Amino acid sequence: MNSAPDKIKKVSIIVSRGSLDGVYPGLIMANGARMEGIEANLFFTFFGLYAILGKYQDSIKIATVGNPAMRVPDAKGFPLPTWMGAIPGMSAFATSMMKKEMEKLDIPPVSEFVQMISDAGGKIYACKATVDMFHLTKEDFVPALDSVLTVGDFYELSAGGQIIFT
Amino acid sequence: MPTRTIANKSIDVDAEGFMTNYKDWDLEVAKVLATEEGIAALNDRHLIVLNFMRKEFETKGDGPSIRKLTKESGVPTKELYELFPGGPAKKAAKIAGIKKPHGCI
Repeated sequence: MNSAPDKIKKVSIIVSRGSLDGVYPGLIMANGARMEGIEANLFFTFFGLYAILGKYQDSIKIATVGNPAMRVPDAKGFPLPTWMGAIPGMSAFATSMMKKEMEKLDIPPVSEFVQMISDAGGKIYACKATVDMFHLTKEDFVPALDSVLTVGDFYELSAGGQIIFT
Repeated sequence: MPTRTIANKSIDVDAEGFMTNYKDWDLEVAKVLATEEGIAALNDRHLIVLNFMRKEFETKGDGPSIRKLTKESGVPTKELYELFPGGPAKKAAKIAGIKKPHGCI
């Protein structure tokens, strides 16, 4: 007997990278989950943690070094020679170009996006190991932070859902 | 394309139940659609959202993103999720009689 697969009811998304392209996919997926009525947990770890550090979250940039897919001046332009990616200001420039495109699509800045997901009922968690390693305190985080979790806590609250690592 | 009778009106909907002609919509239709989506009664705040969505659809041809909706309608994100529990963008679009929104945000 054929039956439609069960709908996804819950996702736990791990954001582990601190570049613009490392952070946004997780935020978009978490927000998209809430829009569909899916329960969403966001777990920030390692450099991904910068997305929820009040002082740094809107300074997140695209990596132009070590990014062989990078093209200029736009996505269908010429490949950016990898050594040129290291020119001072290149990352900031690429980031500002991309942010303009994102604004056109109504994709909010990181700070606004994290708050939006929290307001939508998504939960925001920080990885305890990273918090200890980076010597961070509660004051470093945005108010939307729900709590600092151990890996064990994370698995516990992810029970019955899908875990997505980004 | 299926046709349904909603509030004594004959209305075309797509496979997912979104109205295909937003001009067929009125408040009575909205009330029936809302009940089907689990919203027992539409209040003033619901109507602010529905009217904003319809206005946006009329001018742009697609429903607004949640961000635009909250910023421009004056209904904050938290309240929006309370008004339309279980997925505001699509639920509100369905009740507002517009096509399924296509944005990711």
